[in-house]
Amino acid sequence: MTSTQPSSIETREVKKKEINERSFIRKLLKNRIAAFGLFVTIFMTIIAILAPLIATHSPNEMDITHSLLGAGVDGHLLGTDNYGRDLFSRIVYGARISLIVGVSAVVFGAVFGTFLGLIAGYFGGKLDSLIMRTMDGLFAFPFILLAITLMTVLGQGLVNVIIAIGVANIPGFARIVRGQVLSVKEEEFIEVTRSLGATHGRILFQHVLPNCLAPLIVYGTMSIAGAIISEAALSFLGLGVQPPTASWGSILKDGKDFLVLNPQMATFSGLAILITVLGINLFGDGLRDALDPKMKV
Amino acid sequence: MGKYILKRLVDLLPTIFVVAIIVFVITRLIPGDPAAVMLGPQASVEDIQELRDDLGLNEPLHTQFFQYIGDLVQGDFGVSLTYNQPVISLIMDRFPNTLILAISALVIALLIGIPAGIISASKQNSVMDYTVMVISLIGVSIPIFWLGVMLVLYFSVNLGWFPATGMGTMDEGFITYIKHLVLPSITLATIPMATFARITRSSMLEVISQDYIKTARAKGIKEFFVIGKHAFKNALTPILTVLGMQVSALLGGAVLTETIFSWPGMGRLIVDAIDKRDFVVVQGTVLFIAIIFVLVNLLIDVLYKIVNPRVNYSSGKGGTGK
Repeated sequence: MTSTQPSSIETREVKKKEINERSFIRKLLKNRIAAFGLFVTIFMTIIAILAPLIATHSPNEMDITHSLLGAGVDGHLLGTDNYGRDLFSRIVYGARISLIVGVSAVVFGAVFGTFLGLIAGYFGGKLDSLIMRTMDGLFAFPFILLAITLMTVLGQGLVNVIIAIGVANIPGFARIVRGQVLSVKEEEFIEVTRSLGATHGRILFQHVLPNCLAPLIVYGTMSIAGAIISEAALSFLGLGVQPPTASWGSILKDGKDFLVLNPQMATFSGLAILITVLGINLFGDGLRDALDPKMKV
Repeated sequence: MGKYILKRLVDLLPTIFVVAIIVFVITRLIPGDPAAVMLGPQASVEDIQELRDDLGLNEPLHTQFFQYIGDLVQGDFGVSLTYNQPVISLIMDRFPNTLILAISALVIALLIGIPAGIISASKQNSVMDYTVMVISLIGVSIPIFWLGVMLVLYFSVNLGWFPATGMGTMDEGFITYIKHLVLPSITLATIPMATFARITRSSMLEVISQDYIKTARAKGIKEFFVIGKHAFKNALTPILTVLGMQVSALLGGAVLTETIFSWPGMGRLIVDAIDKRDFVVVQGTVLFIAIIFVLVNLLIDVLYKIVNPRVNYSSGKGGTGK
């Protein structure tokens, strides 16, 4: 009898979890605006993945004799840039850079930030003070300025952009997780787990962390939008990925210099950023409402 | 109140110290030689060594650190290699210009964002509410460096209404001065404006549903006063929190806005310094902006205390005592 009890509790827990998941997905998809945001995000992700199939030309193929062509001229859907490269293809390939940087930088920030937040909140005391003072210090830098400073030292390049934006993301995650840990660690089940002899690592990663996931997912989703804008901003300032790699920010940077001759360069690259970020934000808003309504990012 | 401000100032000192350490660590410990970065790939080993000597980079790390902190305490942010001037004097030349831009943007953001949020909340689920929410969602998602370029395209290039670049002077006349300010301020104001509208709406909706608002309405107080006096006052605390965060957005956004409009502020100074690889200027300006941000947040904390005297910081950092 006693041996069947835990498994029946486990089955009940799994069922409860499944019901919760189903009601969460239903709640999320019922929110039409969030569903639209999800659709836009998936659409942009598909464009990024299938870029070689969607692009009509090679994104880096130059043809100076056909530079700054208007939309639709010579088979160039959106025209060409100042080097005669096909603008549509560059924007399509730019989606890859934006999404790679957006997701990777947030994962980077989330991994380090979560770890720091977990140990700061769980162990408290001097370790907490040391970590959170450092996070306060990092928070004192406007996000983009911190990324700019890091890029100035690290130099241009895709990996460096990810590191710079990732580091700037760490304090946000650390604060969110620490706040959650402070409330979770006082719960009775943590006391019980501890009294059963569980190690700190087990308590932290098997019991505390899963209870921090809802706000983490919401914050992480919204941070991807911020990371995409930051990557574009760094490229716009000439600090992002190295040329000739197509990035929305660098296309916009070039477009700014040819605003009168070829306004579509600046217009479409910026629209691509706006649509992607708007989609992620709409989805993030919906996620927040479904997962963590109390949270206000 | 004086005692409170003093206490908060003392509390800020460790944060400012940490900020200084972070800048030091970034410039000294990250792989890559600042001297090599500053001189570029063409530089000879001798030139790099000479610059390392000038910048004190060959000293032991702890000596460098104490020298750096000692200089900072005396207000010495180093000497720019390209301008051949103390960094602090470069900052002081440009800081007022950034301040003018940031304050204009903040005023626009507050004057439009807060009323939009109030109207949206008081007419929840109306066409007006949806319009404000859609516009504000686009506002928080828009890359301001793109918006700035688009404003230049339409209002400067196509319509010729406003100058595309530069900062006017009062000598050229007040109207010219304001004309130079319009596009950069709108660009910089967009994200804070949208954020204020969103937070004001959600904060007002929370307050409006409370009993004392229903009581005020039942007593026959005019809706204008119920919303404007009773509800708004209590919805102000979250708005102040966001105000503090938006200062960071304004200071960061100024870098991009000033680049687009060639506005001679601190943001432009940083970008020029990056182009010229003048690392001392980048380091000094970033540190200065971070300290300003910390001090502005102190000001916000004091405002909290004025708006809500129940605020109590003794139990933790920030937030209200509720």
